[in-house]
Amino acid sequence: MENLLSIVVFTPLIAALIMAAFLRGEDKAAELNVKRLAFVASMATFAASLFILAGFDPDDTGFQFVEEHSWLPGLKYKMGVDGISVLFVLLTTFLMPVTMLACWNVTHRIKEFMIAFLVLETFMVGVFCALDLVLFYLFFEAGLIPMFLIIGIWGGKERIYASFKFFLYTLLGSILMLVAMIYLWLDAGTTDIAELLNHTVRHDDIAFWGWRIAGGVQTMLWLAFFASFAVKLPMWPVHTWLPDAHVQAPTGGSVILAAILLKMGGYGFLRFSLPMFPVASDILAPFVMWLSVVAIIYTSLVAMMQEDMKKLIAYSSVAHMGFVTIGIFAANRQGVDGAIFQMLSHGFISGALFLCVGVIYDRMKSRRIDDYGGLVVRMPAYALVFMIFTLANVGLPGTSGFVGEFLTLAGAFQKSTWIAFFAATGVVLSAAYALWLFRRVVFGDLVKEALGAIGDMERREKWVFAPLVAMVIALGVYPSLVTDIIGPSVQQLVEHVAESPGMTARLSGK
Amino acid sequence: MEKFILLAPLAGAVFCGFGYRLVGERAALIVATALVFLSAALSWAIFLTFDGEAQRFPILRFIDSGSLAAGWSILLDRLTAVMLVVVTTVSALVHLYSFGYMHADPRWREGEIYKPRFFAYLSFFTFAMLALVTADNLVQLFFGWEGVGVASYLLIGFYYRKPEANSAAIKAFIVNRIGDFGLALGVFALFFLTDSIQYDVIFASARELADTRIGFLWAEVNAAELTAVLLFVGAMGKSAQLFLHTWLPDAMEGPTPVSALIHAATMVTAGVFLVCRMSPLFEYAPFALSAVAAVGAATAFFAATVGLVQNDIKRVVAYSTCSQLGYMFVAAGVGAYPVAMFHLFTHAFFKALLFLGAGSVIHAMHHEQDMRHYGGLRRSIPWTFWGMMIGTLAITGVGVPLTHFGFAGFLSKDAIIESSFAAGTGVGEFAFWLLVASALMTSFYSWRLMFLTFFGEYRGREGVAAHESPWTMLAPLAVLAVGSVFAGMVWYEEFFGYRALEYFGASLHAAPGNEVIGDAHHVASWVKASPFAAMAAGFALAWLFYIRSPAIPGKLAATHRPLYLFLYNKWYFDEAYEIVFVRPAKCLGRLLWKKGDGAIIDGALNGIAMGAVPFLTRLAGRAQSGTVYQYAFVMVLGLALILAAISVAGGG
Repeated sequence: MENLLSIVVFTPLIAALIMAAFLRGEDKAAELNVKRLAFVASMATFAASLFILAGFDPDDTGFQFVEEHSWLPGLKYKMGVDGISVLFVLLTTFLMPVTMLACWNVTHRIKEFMIAFLVLETFMVGVFCALDLVLFYLFFEAGLIPMFLIIGIWGGKERIYASFKFFLYTLLGSILMLVAMIYLWLDAGTTDIAELLNHTVRHDDIAFWGWRIAGGVQTMLWLAFFASFAVKLPMWPVHTWLPDAHVQAPTGGSVILAAILLKMGGYGFLRFSLPMFPVASDILAPFVMWLSVVAIIYTSLVAMMQEDMKKLIAYSSVAHMGFVTIGIFAANRQGVDGAIFQMLSHGFISGALFLCVGVIYDRMKSRRIDDYGGLVVRMPAYALVFMIFTLANVGLPGTSGFVGEFLTLAGAFQKSTWIAFFAATGVVLSAAYALWLFRRVVFGDLVKEALGAIGDMERREKWVFAPLVAMVIALGVYPSLVTDIIGPSVQQLVEHVAESPGMTARLSGK
Repeated sequence: MEKFILLAPLAGAVFCGFGYRLVGERAALIVATALVFLSAALSWAIFLTFDGEAQRFPILRFIDSGSLAAGWSILLDRLTAVMLVVVTTVSALVHLYSFGYMHADPRWREGEIYKPRFFAYLSFFTFAMLALVTADNLVQLFFGWEGVGVASYLLIGFYYRKPEANSAAIKAFIVNRIGDFGLALGVFALFFLTDSIQYDVIFASARELADTRIGFLWAEVNAAELTAVLLFVGAMGKSAQLFLHTWLPDAMEGPTPVSALIHAATMVTAGVFLVCRMSPLFEYAPFALSAVAAVGAATAFFAATVGLVQNDIKRVVAYSTCSQLGYMFVAAGVGAYPVAMFHLFTHAFFKALLFLGAGSVIHAMHHEQDMRHYGGLRRSIPWTFWGMMIGTLAITGVGVPLTHFGFAGFLSKDAIIESSFAAGTGVGEFAFWLLVASALMTSFYSWRLMFLTFFGEYRGREGVAAHESPWTMLAPLAVLAVGSVFAGMVWYEEFFGYRALEYFGASLHAAPGNEVIGDAHHVASWVKASPFAAMAAGFALAWLFYIRSPAIPGKLAATHRPLYLFLYNKWYFDEAYEIVFVRPAKCLGRLLWKKGDGAIIDGALNGIAMGAVPFLTRLAGRAQSGTVYQYAFVMVLGLALILAAISVAGGG
């Protein structure tokens, strides 16, 4: 199966094409066919991706399942996964069927809706598999188009404002990254990511209009990539598109946005910034870490005051991504392990939290916290599920949320006690906003008349949450499921960074 | 067997919480209770036959990231064995007690099923607490630490309809998280310094840490001191020590069996356990130890003063708990770790007894908790009265001075007071005087509680007939009463004899030169007698105030109104925290949201948009999904550029 990755990447796209070409009709039966086909296709993709997991050798820190074909003149189609990327592929293929099941009740233009999601899946998996700069750029940027459509067509009242904001933010980042990629290609003479990882970009200081730029070219390139990844992650202060996008997006869109699209930013840091520009990463690590600390404290405080459930969870996402960037740029084993773990775990947790909001939004058509209260009285199963993910979001040991935060902070402490100290305040603040949300929505007595007849989760909804609960607890109790797979690659990455030209001098100079 | 002790409560929790639908409510409760009883029986078997050799039972891998590696496992040594007995015994008795106490709870509506949930939480708590005390590394300890915290959160908020219960639950969790923040930093620091989170590796390098300096924030500090202080911050949160104590009184919103199990006998003693467990580290951190003793003494004193004037029966016992935990910290702080464990051990019996007794009173009085509405209850609930009486005799420390004959609290509390004096340090002396004063107040408020509740005339509402509780509630009282009488005398030698440290083996560490336990036996007779004198004075005062001339308390409160209000309002800690932390945080949150995100960041963004790319805004305003096409266009343009560049270069 030397083309396994291509199968996983393109199965959803093929399903989408089939759907567009052959499925007609507006009646119930046609809608059901659409949903079934989409679900089966995503399940098939997931099943295929399990073969990647089964055949993956964690001890081999190079790229595996590599496919290489020539494409356009001078361009290559090259795919492959290593310990850093393989679990992101799995995360995506795992969450896709779950999301589709959660969107079963969408009625407005269901065919286009499912096509958008399937196309999106292809692009997302593609990002994590691409081993060629151009291919990566293609997937990375193209993925936004279906997301735009999902927000723009199936979104809320202010969807235009939200997508415009998203557009403005992303535009700047993309252009800068594009420029940096071109420079990188001119510098190294290749667009092959595997080769670029072993290419050293000059890092001697340069003077620019009287300014001395430490790290020189590396710093410039690093900043250009940073512009794109920081928006995507998102980092403070370029995060304000996210709450709006989440609030306007339909439930499924929010889930994918929070669970997977954000992770592309973190993945980008791990794939490009850290290994390709190690000196610049080292120079700018304090900058990134302080931005992350600000993000954790700032957005946690803001989250506490939100009146809209989705906004609250969106701000909480920004805070949790702060731990990711801290871990990555701590550039040690625990930090990077923790960052990857945190991204995977956040994929399950934030996705599930948005689904939790979706469950009651479907019933009451409101996301306002004040419109709820006392749901536990009529929805005990829902209360249990929501509680599990709330506690996971708070980082309770025994859930996956703990491991990522713990490891990133352990990694950060080795780098700077200031960073670890302030970032760790996030664990107090997250408890405050998450438990307060839960209390206002679920606890208390059920006195609002509108809620008098609200029903608990139905069987389909329980099946949506079951795999997520299982993952969050399994990874929390036995995190080696993840760390065994990513460990050797992370170790190799960390050593590669520490031993790269320019770094030894910096490390010994300190 | 060890694994069974640990995992049986977890199995019970899961079975009870989910399985009750299959086997019925009653069967589920019985299974959960039986499993905990089995754990307790096995724990006693281990405790009584344990030979002192530490054993290790690995279960499963846990976190594994480079050198940060730890497993789920059981470390069985003397310290663990003591904790196993305390935790499983009280838990088993509380499970049994809950059959009676939670039966037909009027706070639930017809047909609402609440008992399986309650028992599941209790069993889950037991599991988490056992995981905490059996850990052989800091990560599993942290799991148990936060696990008991979440169980506490769920149980305090058990009556979820009640706003006070919800607030108290959140408060408990958040205040504990502040402690956990310190604990986590301590764990990170230890990992950074020793490259391991296993106890044995850390302990082996403790002496080295005392000679190491580490940069923490702006300061260069001693590594052993820093890590010990950070760990102690965690202990302060969990054990409700001064400044992080505010959650404990509010936690009384939970059902009373919970207060007995979690907020008296077990969870709140986890902080004391932590300091004892980390004694190999604390022994090389003299400053941290002084801080432990000072905070403990201050808490013992503070909580006792507040306990003097509270009217809610559970709050009195809660402040009493807070105060007794302070005693334990003093013992640990002067290096007398076995003595701290001694008081932890005896306190579990008599404090659980007092709480369950208070629960029995509350049950008898149809959930009335205000002692001003009690009075003369000894005739209607005699069994409860005698249980509470024994508990009171134990906590106030009744015994024959200068002998080893007395109730459990007499032996363990006096041991602490003697140890603090014997330490011969400034902080030791400070603690000694505060503890003696606290002993007086302890005696006063304990007897005040007894007199108000069981003596005098009935002052409650008409028509409330107090009724004695069922056997499921009285049997646990009886067992705990036996422990409250004998636990001190039976285990005196093990915990406070000259060879106490030998008894604990490697599980507690005393640095060379730490002779405090031996010295404590040789303090002057007036020192040994002082707690007894304080106890007697407290009793006399309480008798004078509440039996002889009951008008005195009212007059005193009126003439010293500011002092009375200061104590009654718990030194205004809650109000101060509200003003200093809660409100500013909310204001800041709103400010950052509206002004930071709204005006500044979005404002700047819109400014750029309106100024530099006005056409984009216009287009976006006009076209429904125009942005998408523009985006696609820019992207395609970009791609075309790259492709062109590469093709040209590739061709050339």
